[in-house]
Amino acid sequence: MSLDVDVRHQQGGFTLQAKFQSDGRLTALFGRSGAGKSTLINVIGGLIHPVRGRIVVNGRILFDSTQRISIPRHRRRIGCVFQEGRLFPHLNVRQNLLFGRWFTPIARRVTRLDDVVSLLGIEQLLGRRPVTLSGGEKQRVAIGRALLADPELLLMDEPLASLDDERKAEIYPYIERLRDDGHVPIVFVTHSVAEIARLATSIVVLTDGQVTASGPAADILRNSSLFSQFGPAEAGAVIDAHVLAQDDEFSLTVLQAKSGTLTVPRLARTIGASLRLRLRARDVMVSLEKPQALSALNVLPGHIVALETSGASVDVTIDCAGDLVVARLTRKSVHDLGLRPGLAVHAIIKGVAFEGDAAAVPPASSP
Amino acid sequence: MNTWLSPEEWTAVGISLKVAFTAMAASLLPGIAIAVALERGRFWGRAALDVLVHLPLVLPPVVVGYLLLLGFGKKGPIGSFLAENLGVVFSFRWTGAALACAIMGFPLLVRAIRLSLASVDRKLEDAAGTLGANPAWVFLVVTLPLIVPGILAGMVLSFAKAMGEFGATITFVSNIPGETQTLPTAIYTFIQIPGGEGGAMRLTIVSILISIGALSASEWMARRVRRRLSTR
Repeated sequence: MSLDVDVRHQQGGFTLQAKFQSDGRLTALFGRSGAGKSTLINVIGGLIHPVRGRIVVNGRILFDSTQRISIPRHRRRIGCVFQEGRLFPHLNVRQNLLFGRWFTPIARRVTRLDDVVSLLGIEQLLGRRPVTLSGGEKQRVAIGRALLADPELLLMDEPLASLDDERKAEIYPYIERLRDDGHVPIVFVTHSVAEIARLATSIVVLTDGQVTASGPAADILRNSSLFSQFGPAEAGAVIDAHVLAQDDEFSLTVLQAKSGTLTVPRLARTIGASLRLRLRARDVMVSLEKPQALSALNVLPGHIVALETSGASVDVTIDCAGDLVVARLTRKSVHDLGLRPGLAVHAIIKGVAFEGDAAAVPPASSP
Repeated sequence: MNTWLSPEEWTAVGISLKVAFTAMAASLLPGIAIAVALERGRFWGRAALDVLVHLPLVLPPVVVGYLLLLGFGKKGPIGSFLAENLGVVFSFRWTGAALACAIMGFPLLVRAIRLSLASVDRKLEDAAGTLGANPAWVFLVVTLPLIVPGILAGMVLSFAKAMGEFGATITFVSNIPGETQTLPTAIYTFIQIPGGEGGAMRLTIVSILISIGALSASEWMARRVRRRLSTR
């Protein structure tokens, strides 16, 4: 999969000037509301015609203003899942799901209704009308409807924004399954750091209509300055780990990361299941020596690769056997400890720092 | 039941129903097309078309009837062309009454459809487009089903207008019993002759019954459709 976008669009006083490439399975378009995320998605999907630019998906030119190519939306083969679902009210769930199929050439009909229905867990809904569905159910049907049109790319425009946390938690596993099946690359619009930490393999950061960063998720998440607009708490790093053991007595879960073991509040995962943890920079401390008699449960040895000063604080990037962890310290601490690139240190993370949305749990199916 | 209405009265009722159904059916497709053009179209002359469609609503019916007589009469440019080439004659035929009724009811039909078109969520049409439906299919399988309530309302208005049309009809095709005499013109005739009050009253009751029937039928259909379409 490859997605190559370079577009310019003017809408009122707002200018979108976006250039990025991605070959990730799930590319997150990330930015504040008003940053142009939805406009960019609509441009890719053919719902908005940009002033000029070029859009190429898997080598197929969908739009090129210099060559005067603009493939209309119904021939782009790009599935869209919208924030509001947009199910057809006059059709039942089954008819909604099969809508795109009528317009897909028989040779291209690969996705099977039964597979999508069981993937999304909507067996019970097939005969019902959209008006009777809950928000989470509507979004699952909307995802299924887009998939059954056998798209080459799936665009999701904040599909979870209108749902409460419980409903979101209900949908995440389905999106992760889609991502890990790898049949259809996904572009996912969000303004939630928790969502990109959990879902994204690549990230494109949009600020005021401009792409300010793009690349693999781990690289972008580590770069705390990109998330400064979301407050100091959001910067951090992502660590891949798998479940090593469950400690029932203290209700803890032991995880194996590349750099060592991490002990976190109990996660309901089977042993061996892999998952991804987001570490916020403010939850990480630095010690020159391996600490003794400390309440924090997690100590990862590593060495400093970079120091980045912003105001009174410094983001210290530590390479812990290949996992990059970011610690946000005061400039004074950095000075007192004499931190510099190359120095061997220990990153210290409190176990409870993983609670809540900091702990992300991809599906057990992925190795 | 033949004892209740005289054969002539039955004939007037039959002609009225035939004229009204024909007028409604014939104006349905053009009505949808013009409503779509006026609501969605961006073309030169749109404002002029809008005025033209609405004219029968504001012009005196006699004027519309007279213009039809000039245009579609035996010697009129359109009337003589149609008579010679297609063998269709409007003047002093029930078809002429249907034409007059269709034109008088047309603005009501178009307005009702336009209103429901304006309330259609364009985002649903966009969604259908991304699923591979070209604009024609989007209209057929998304837009059209969603505006059915408006179309039904417009059809009832058009039918009711045709059942009651008097001025344009009597001016264009006169009041010929058995050919162009409709319910209103028959009632008018009864009122003109001494002792005709009984006939006028019977036809008035028939008129009221047909109107109530048409209204309830459309209400029933609209309720069914609305239940199917209810969004949130």
